[in-house]
Amino acid sequence: MLKVVVRRLLVMPFLLLGIVTATFLLAQFTKGNPLVSIIGARNLDNAEVVAAAKARWGLDRSVPERYAIYVWNLAHGDLGTSFRTKQPVLKDLAQRLPATLELVICAMIVGAAGGIALAIVSAEFKNSLADHVARLVALMGSCLPVFWLGLIALFLFSVQTRLLPGPGRLDIRAVAPPVTTGFMLVDTLLAGNVAGFIDAARHLVLPSLVLGWSVMGIVARMVRASMLDVLGQDYITMARAKGAGRLRVLVHHALANALIPALTILGFTFAYLITGSVLVETIFSWPGIGSYAVEAARSLDYPAITGVTIIGGLGFLVANLLTDVAYAAADPRMREAT
Amino acid sequence: MAVPLLDIKGLAVTIPTRGGERAAVSNVDFSVDRGEVVGLVGESGSGKSLSMLAVMGLLPRQFGVSGSIRFDGEEIAGAPERRLRALRGRRIAMVFQDPMTALNPVQTIGAQITEMIRLHNAGMSRAQVRQKALSLLEAVAIPAPERRFDQYPHEFSGGMRQRVVIAIAIANDPDLLIADEPTTALDVTIQAQIMEIFAGLRAERGMAIVLITHDLGLVAGLADRMSVLYAGRIAERGPVGPLFAAPRHPYTASLLAAVPSIDDVSERLHAIPGTPPSLSERPPGCAFAPRCDFAVPACRASEPDLTRVGGSVVACHRANDPAFAARLKEPA
Ligand SMILES: Nc1ncnc2c1ncn2[C@@H]1O[C@H](COP(=O)(O)OP(=O)(O)OP(=O)(O)O)[C@@H](O)[C@H]1O
Ligand code: SF4
Ligand SMILES: [Mg+2]
Repeated sequence: MLKVVVRRLLVMPFLLLGIVTATFLLAQFTKGNPLVSIIGARNLDNAEVVAAAKARWGLDRSVPERYAIYVWNLAHGDLGTSFRTKQPVLKDLAQRLPATLELVICAMIVGAAGGIALAIVSAEFKNSLADHVARLVALMGSCLPVFWLGLIALFLFSVQTRLLPGPGRLDIRAVAPPVTTGFMLVDTLLAGNVAGFIDAARHLVLPSLVLGWSVMGIVARMVRASMLDVLGQDYITMARAKGAGRLRVLVHHALANALIPALTILGFTFAYLITGSVLVETIFSWPGIGSYAVEAARSLDYPAITGVTIIGGLGFLVANLLTDVAYAAADPRMREAT
Repeated sequence: MAVPLLDIKGLAVTIPTRGGERAAVSNVDFSVDRGEVVGLVGESGSGKSLSMLAVMGLLPRQFGVSGSIRFDGEEIAGAPERRLRALRGRRIAMVFQDPMTALNPVQTIGAQITEMIRLHNAGMSRAQVRQKALSLLEAVAIPAPERRFDQYPHEFSGGMRQRVVIAIAIANDPDLLIADEPTTALDVTIQAQIMEIFAGLRAERGMAIVLITHDLGLVAGLADRMSVLYAGRIAERGPVGPLFAAPRHPYTASLLAAVPSIDDVSERLHAIPGTPPSLSERPPGCAFAPRCDFAVPACRASEPDLTRVGGSVVACHRANDPAFAARLKEPA
């Protein structure tokens, strides 16, 4: 087990380098001029300003040179400075990542818990009405466009019924708690601000539900398939032969086994959500990585784009690692094998 | 006469397939008295496991079960799940056929034994349950039970898993133990140990046992009566002694002929030429006719009814033919 973790950690820098290189090259091939966002379109004719800006941002150097400098800086924990915010990219990301993680974790809980619950219902009542309804609910989440869902949700629950607040992480009139972890739920509590905590939690509901529903389908499909497989196994019949009740058999015996093959998809989903939350963040004015990525892409902000890509790649690598650890925890046969 | 512990009448199991319902078990009568051991033998696919799973109400929902199943006088065919749950594991327990798949791979052996105890003994303390589980492991001759308790099934050999499955089955002192090929995975010495455990349980606690097996040697050693299944129907049933000495059904006779001697317990029932009919291509008349050396035209015309011949009950058109009975005992 430890061996696998160490091996994964050792290859991580190389994988990251690969991701960085690929992103860097892709960025070079994009048509468009990053100077527009640095100095503004009006100054593009001003040779002096252009030259100064190019020198300031290193755009006067050759591509290999820029690549070497970037990698060198990266190795020292420097992701460069954003063309647009004029702040170190690392700082931008550090500010925005907690917002995304908070949303993604909540969405993941919704997606995983909802998907697993739907899968249990549909496996237990295979081919009955309940199965069809559960599968339809899961499928709708995957098929309906997230931005549309987000807008409908805002319209219904915020605008129409006022059950839940609108976009953002907190009420606009509320005073944000001092930033400790960047997680609003945690920071409000640390500040002893219960009203703030409730407000933050209420703001999380709609985006988490929308984002969580969008991944519920894939989770439900995977878990349903492996539940059906597991439910046909002898040890399930054996558990029933012991006199165990249906719920105990389903959860204690079947789910514990059925989740093992589904762990990969859960890990993958988590990583996907980190960068895949773009649309939800945009609709809900969520100040996270997703909306940062959109703004960076719009202004050809290379350092920011590469930074976001690295975070995305890192997300996948970490999710993979966590998946391995979870495998070992869930499956005793894996503990020695690895 | 007292009510049998298990009394099955006219049991039929149908399996839904693409081509319609297939009768896997039909018209099976079978009974077991308290403290009695009854052998249930037959080739692979003859419906032994299906019949016994039907008793426990453990067949997949889409399977059709009809007939009467009385346990201790109570009709349990189609009984509500709640009622069956109270019986399962407590009064009727089952040793599953394949020890490699019968244990939950993600739970420790200890957890799987204690679950069986806890489900039916709500009042027992944790320590008592653990103690009981350890003594069960000891009873089935698992060395170092303390250490084995927290291990997982994959850390056990096939024979050890089989013994764990047996330990689980006997945990609550059931009145009826259904042992589905309980010794297939075991070597001869362990097999003898298990048979001894079974004999002990029966002698000390009056446990009744249905012994499902391919192995006529085991039946001869432990069973009082036996039933022979062929293609989902009873071919012959009766007390073990007379049945071994004078089989009345050609199929039983060939089963016995396939066992060179009772000491050679590892012999399996594959020495009979031909294969049983598949569920979908059951011939009209006697299902054994295509493989029967004694078949006459009447055999293919109608299915033989069960008739009493001496101490046995036999489904063969020629069972009452005295000349035929004599020829049966000679090698064909
Ligand atoms: N789940 C199932 N789905 C479809 N057919 C089945 C199923 N279980 C059993 N059968 C069929 O029912 C028939 C009887 O099966 P059963 O398991 O009772 O045989 P058996 O006598 O126990 O044989 P074995 O000695 O191999 O265990 C076989 O033809 C088998 O193919
Ligand atoms: S009925 Fe005929 S075919 Fe069937 S076992 Fe008897 S003799 Fe053989
Ligand atoms: Mg079987």
